[in-house]
Parts: sequence; structure tokens; C-alpha cells
Amino acid sequence: MTPNLKWKALFILAVILFCIYFLVGYPTFPTSVAQVKDNFAHQIKLGLDLQGGTHLILQVQVQEAVAQETDQTVDRLTAALRAKNITYDEVRRADDTHILVRKIDPAQLNAFRDLITAQYGNVWDLGSAAGDPDSYTLTLRTGAIAQIQETTMNLSLETIERRINALGLTEPTIQLHGRKDNEILVQLPGEGDPTRAIHVIQEGGQLELKLVEDPVTYTSQLDALQKHGGVLPAGTELVPGDAPSRSVSGTPDVGESWYLLSRAPIITGRDLRTAQENRNTGNPSLYQVNFSLSADAARRFGPFTEQNINRQMAIVLDKRVYSAPVIKGKIEDSGEITGNFSQQTAHDLALVLRAGALPASIKFLEERTVGPSLGADSIRHGVQASVLSLLVVMIFMLVYYRYSGANAVLALILNLLILLFFLAMFGAVLTLPGIAGVILTIGMGVDSNVLVFERIREELRNGKSAPSAVQAGFDKAFLTIIDTHVTTVVSAFFLFLFGTGPIRGFAITLTIGLIANVFTAIYVSKTIFQYHLSKMDRQGELSI
Amino acid sequence: MIELFKQPNIDWMGKAKFFFGLSLLLLIIGWTSVFLKGGPTGGGLPYSIDFKGGTNVDVRFAKAPNVDQLRSALSAQGLGGSEIQAISDNAIPGAQANEVVISLEQKGQADQALDTSKAQVLTALNVIYGQGNANHPDFNAATPASLNDILTQRDPLVLTINAGDRYQQLAKSILQYRDKEANGVLTNFDDLAKVNGVTAPVLSSLKDSYALGPFTIRNVEIVGPKVGAELRLQAVYVTLYALAGMLVYIAFRFEWVYGAAAVLAVFHDVLITLGFFSLLHFEISLTVIAALLTLVGYSMNDTIVIFDRIRENNRLLRKESFADVVNKSINQTLSRTILTSGLTFLTVLVLFLMGGQVLRAFSFALVVGIVVGTYSSFGIAAPLVVAWVNWRGHGSAVGAGPAAGSKARGSEGAPGRLAAAGRRS
Repeated sequence: MTPNLKWKALFILAVILFCIYFLVGYPTFPTSVAQVKDNFAHQIKLGLDLQGGTHLILQVQVQEAVAQETDQTVDRLTAALRAKNITYDEVRRADDTHILVRKIDPAQLNAFRDLITAQYGNVWDLGSAAGDPDSYTLTLRTGAIAQIQETTMNLSLETIERRINALGLTEPTIQLHGRKDNEILVQLPGEGDPTRAIHVIQEGGQLELKLVEDPVTYTSQLDALQKHGGVLPAGTELVPGDAPSRSVSGTPDVGESWYLLSRAPIITGRDLRTAQENRNTGNPSLYQVNFSLSADAARRFGPFTEQNINRQMAIVLDKRVYSAPVIKGKIEDSGEITGNFSQQTAHDLALVLRAGALPASIKFLEERTVGPSLGADSIRHGVQASVLSLLVVMIFMLVYYRYSGANAVLALILNLLILLFFLAMFGAVLTLPGIAGVILTIGMGVDSNVLVFERIREELRNGKSAPSAVQAGFDKAFLTIIDTHVTTVVSAFFLFLFGTGPIRGFAITLTIGLIANVFTAIYVSKTIFQYHLSKMDRQGELSI
Repeated sequence: MIELFKQPNIDWMGKAKFFFGLSLLLLIIGWTSVFLKGGPTGGGLPYSIDFKGGTNVDVRFAKAPNVDQLRSALSAQGLGGSEIQAISDNAIPGAQANEVVISLEQKGQADQALDTSKAQVLTALNVIYGQGNANHPDFNAATPASLNDILTQRDPLVLTINAGDRYQQLAKSILQYRDKEANGVLTNFDDLAKVNGVTAPVLSSLKDSYALGPFTIRNVEIVGPKVGAELRLQAVYVTLYALAGMLVYIAFRFEWVYGAAAVLAVFHDVLITLGFFSLLHFEISLTVIAALLTLVGYSMNDTIVIFDRIRENNRLLRKESFADVVNKSINQTLSRTILTSGLTFLTVLVLFLMGGQVLRAFSFALVVGIVVGTYSSFGIAAPLVVAWVNWRGHGSAVGAGPAAGSKARGSEGAPGRLAAAGRRS
């Protein structure tokens, strides 16, 4: 054996040992078969289709956040115009990104322009409203919209992450999905029933404490408007909720009630320090959520409650009044939300409140749940079939190419080892389409060997000696192998670039497999041939 | 030395007309089915839920279910239009179909919560089979965490504070038995005695805490209609991009006409395979798309091996006609083609027969694709190149491009060879 050959052989051996060690001997060196299995399972992560679990795709309704920004600007602008005594007919939202300001007094136009430029100029564009003299349109800038969308997506992602993590599931994945359409992918391995997760994700979680402006409630919006002569008092709004009172017999009134509340909240969800579910003190079969306020909010809340003793304060969650208790005395930093809660719903509400509110609502686009038994089925069938077909291929190679067949079998096993090693190293997950990639890899691995061997046989038939036939066989097959592999890698590259989810998994597995294949089918296989030739006398026959 | 073929000498190009006819026939048969069944987007191609949206609920029962009873319970929930398909597992021959997939079209109302239909299916099942009782939850729905909780609480092994992760391990093996050996539905608690570590006290505390539900939900898929349509479009684009990428690479390594012929041949394979999917009503899912891409890879591989040989032979055999060069190239690579394809075909055939229900459509695509893909490399791709060369060069041979590094090509070649070659060294 030449020194060069010795180094090659050592290098290949090192690769084999390293791959095996990384796949089964790590993190703890195994002393039993079970530990080998454990280590392997730790390194090769299975996709949800094989492992079982829930896969959700949801869409954040970001246009809501944009509309909300427009609404808030309308409120602020109205207040500012009043403060500067600029007369106008009306300020309203024309659509999600436009505000219409009607009939500005022409004499005050400059003051109006200055106000807009100074306070809103970096986000809003001012223009005249078409066909309406002295009226103006404010347009939300494209850059500002993109900014709002990005902030909303990031905030939603963080909020959902906090909520899911609080559910205590194993290794959840929460990430942006796709490049557009504001989608988020949530994967919950091993979770067989996503109902609760879906509920927790979707809950708005927007808590507000507002002063009740009118001690009576109304049966409908119309009813409330009529009682106030068609116009609500300034700075108030109508919010629906459950009926507040119980009749004499103790049964709750049925139907919706509308509360007249002050528009500005005293406390919002951001002021919470903690939230916890507890048994309802009055009715032990029900649960409630107790919350406490941050020190800063408590400094506001204390004086506020002191001033408003004997008035009602509504607890509004996601634009719905849960309860409207009367303020009995000064409250420093705590409160409670009562309602028809079971322990679990109260627990989940507390969790959502702690995690913070979603900036926009969530719509589910896709839900897939693979039960553990189906995943186990797929693995069993997939593994059985793969092992059997691999055996068939190997036996055939051994029979057809004899000793050279053993060479091919070794190259094939090494190819699989390297493929698994890289999958483990990149933390890639093995999915069903990934198995398709593995099958294609095995197929192309066999093909590379067959190509080389057939070529060597041809050269032998043409009368070449064993060493030169081997050399010529590898040389001539080399270009073919490179061409077939590069073509496939090129297509895999496009699949990775433009595909999502399963198609990407396929592309990754395939690319790694093909690179491993060039190494094993050319470098390793040739080294073994050279070793074999070096042991053989010059005129000996090659077993192929 | 075992050899499949000793120096084959087949005139492939002389049979080109037959091959083109055969391909046309296969295409017509498959796509007649597609169009008779409503066209590529109207139901002619049986898309799975991935591409059309809707709800699939896969339920496995302890005993074979009464489908009529199931259907009427679903109708009572307003799901009269649902499709119930029995699933049998080939791995156990003669086994009764204990498993059904209930499929529902996506409801029109966009605002309706996505999982409404799923909830209705569950209600219907509970109407027939009774709902689990709060004090005795369904063991067949237990998770490792909930089982661990119950075991730790009951402490049948009297481990008290020394329990460590013993119960966690036990819960894992018990559920592994349920999911692997009992296929997800345990029918008798006593079967669990086979599990290592399950002693009589463990068994009795399980019996005390759990009931055995008569069914388990194996798989739920809910896809909104928007997602389905988007994915369908994306799958088509991705495939076209991949084909375009290959076209450019082959054109760079060989010549444009080779790239075009290879891509056309691969496209032909995909179309024929899709025709078979329509004909035999296998569902096209995202996994099947991966299989189609695999077959694109295989077919391309076969084609390039032959093209490579043509390129090489074209330099060596200057005197022969181009068709003869191609024939010779195909013959020389024939044993490799048959060996490789035969072995891969065997591989996917095993997968098709043994891979179970989940892998069936996937491996079907590969079984059909490998046969068609192998055939198209010598039956379509090579004759297409020959036809082009003959048309451009009026019958004389044309060399493949020299991009592979040939320095041997001189300029004394027949004018026809160069006419179509496009570029020379």
C-alpha cells in the first residue's frame, strides 16, 4: 500500500467513525441498545407527519392594526383641532388608510397645514379631497403601512410564542411562514388535540377597565341612542356584555346588554403585573381571574378609585363587558374578572392576560393533526420498506458484481451515514417527502456505482489491464456522474428557493444526499479499488 | 461475470415513430380521463385536501363501524354531503376495515371557524358511541403527560418521592404499546400486561382511572380554500422553475436542443403519470408532488447518461450517421439503464406494496414514473434530438457541443454536423 493510499483509507475510516459517533454515541456514550436508540432519536428529529402532532397556519389580520392606527389618528386630530380652535365640519375615517377632514375654515388653512406637518407629517400625506372644496384627505404613507404591518407581525409572533410556551407543551415551533400574507406557522409535536392551543392563540386578550357613565344598561344600541336623543355624550361609547343583574329569583337575565362607558380606559392589559385563576369567592363551583397592577398603574388607580366611590367600573375584555362592579372603596393594585369560567377557561384567560394582547385578530388557514398511532404506522411501514428494498439492492449488487459489489454496498451504507449525519448536524427534520429524497439519493448512489462498474467492464472487454480499466472507468464515468448530480442539485436549489414546507425538506435531503454520493461513489469507491489492486498481482483478474 | 446484455445492437431510432405513437396513446388515455372527469382544475385530477381545501377526519374504530349509522349521524349534524371512505391496511391481509376517513368540502362561509366541521364530526361520533365520562377519561385519547399525572397520583408501584422519571418512562411504554401494537385503539386493558413494567397494581389503577373509548382520531387535516389554491399554483410554478433550471444547465453543458429534448421528455413523464393518477383515482397531495419531483430527477438522470455517451461517441465515431451514434450510445448504456432502473423500480415497488396507506399514492407516482422516465430517455429524448438534427442538417450527423472540454473536434466534419451544433470549439 502506498502512503497516499494509506492516508486516504484512514481519512475514510475517520469519516465513518465520526458519523457513527455523532449519530449514536452522543451526547452520552451508549452502553446499551436502548441508549443507542435514544441517542439516534435525539439526533434525527422526525417531522410531524412521522412523529404525530399538530401543525397550524394562521394569518394575522394586519389591516386591523392599520385601521386602528387610522382611528386613533382621527381621535387625536379631532382633539388637536379643537385645542387650536380650528373650525371644521367633520373628521372621519374614509377607509383603512385615509382620513377625510371636511370644511376647514379657509382663513385657518395655514394653521391647519402647520398642525398636520408638525404632528403627522412623517406618517401622513395631506392632499385636497376631490370634488369637495375646503376639504382635505390624509393618506397613510406606504412606508408607514409597511412599518405598522411589520410591528404587528413581530408583536403577534412574540405574543403567540409567550402564550404557547405557557401551555407547557414540548418543543413548540412558532415562526413566520412564507414570504407574504402575514402568516405564522405553529407546530406542536406530540399534541393530539389542538383545540385548547387554538383557543389560547385566538383569544384577543385585550383587557380594559373603563368607568361606566350611565348606571342603567340598554337592551340594544338603538335603545341607548334613543334614550340619549340620538347622539352619545362626548367621549363615551357603547359596549355589549352579559346582563349585569340577577332577577329576584337569582337567575341571570338573558340576552345582551349594552353599557355606556367612557371611551378612555383607566387601566389596560399593559398595566398588569400578574394574573391568576382562583376559585370564585361567592360561588365555589366557578372560577375567576385575579389580577394585580404594576406599581406605576397602581399610583394612578388608587386616586382614581378614591374619587369615584359608588360608581361602577366595567371590566372589558376584547370589547365585551364581563362585569361592572361598583367601586366600594379605594383600590390600590388589584382586581378580579368574574364570569362563567371553569378552572381551565379561567387558567387560560389568566395565561392570555399575562402574555399580553394580540395587536390584531387571528384567522386560522390550516390545521393538521397527526395522531401518534398514524405517525408510528408511517414510520414502521417506511422503515420496513426501506430496509427491505435496501437489502434487495445490496444482494443484487453482490451477486452481479461480486467483490466489486461489496465495494458498492459499502459506498451505499456510507452515503446513508453521511446523509443522516448532515441531517442531524443541520437540525433538519425527517419528513415523508424527506424519505422521498433519501430514496432518490439511494437510487442515484446505485446508479453511480453501476455507471462506473459497467464502464470498467467495457474497458476490460476492450482488453485493458485491471488497473488501467479501473482508472479509465472512473475517469469516463466521472463527467456523467457530475452532470447528472449537478442537474439534480440545480433543480433542488429551485425547489428550496420557491417551495415551502415539505418540498423544502425534500430539496435539503436530496442536496445533501447527492453531495455525499459524489464523495462515496467516486472517492471512496475508487480508493477501495486501488487498495484491492495494490494487493493483487499485475496480471490478476478483477472481480467485477 | 454475469451480464444482462452481450453487445446489444438494437436500432432504437428506427422505432422512433412507434415510441412517439406509444407516448401519444398514453397521453391521450390519461388526459381523456382528466378531461372527462372535469378538467385539470374541475375534479379531473383528484387533488387531495392539500390542494382543494376542506376537512378530513381519519377515525380508527375498535370494531368495524356501521357506515350507514355513521352517515345518518353525520347528516343529523348537517354534514350530509360528507364522503366516508374505508381504509384497509395491506400489511395485515384480510383485516377488516376498522378505519374510515370522513371528508368534507370546505364550507363557503369565510368567517366560520376553520374547525367547525371537525367539531361536528366529533359530535356525530359521540352521538353514536357515547361520550367519555369526566371521571373516567378515554384511555385511547390519553397523552404521555396525562397518563404520567394519573400514574404519579395513584402511585401503584408505591414509589412515593423516589418515583423520579419511572412513571414517565412507564407512561411512554404503555402508550407506545397502544399506538404501535394496538394501532391506537386498545380494546382490553389486560393486553397491557405484555408491556414491560406493567404490574397488576398498575393495571388496576389504569382500569380505575380510565375508560376505553371505542374509537380514536388518527389524523385531522383542515385546509382553508385559499391555502389550497395557493399551494396548487405554487407546486406548478416550483416544478416549472426546476425544469427551467435544468434546461439551462443542460444547454450549457451540451446544447440547447439537448436541454429542450430532456425537459420535454421529463414533462411528458409528469403528464403521463398525472394521467394515471386521474385514471386510477389516486389523490395528488403535497407528498405526491415530492414524488413527481423525484421522478423528474430520475428521468433526467437517465437522459443525461445517454446524452453524455452521445457526446463522447460523437467525437469518436465521426464517420457514422448521427442516428447510428445515438443507437450505439443507447445500446452501450443499456445494461446500466436496465440495471439502475430495475433496482430502483424494485425499491419503490416494495414501498408501494408494503408502505401502507400513507405512502401509497406517493409510491404509486414513483412506480409509474420510473417506468415512464426510463422509457422516455431513449424513447423520447434521444429521438427528439435526432429528429431535430435531421431536420436542420438534412440527414447527416451532428455533434454534441464541446462544452465538456473536448479539444478533439476539428473543423473537417461534415457541414451538416456543424449546422445544428450551434457552437464548436
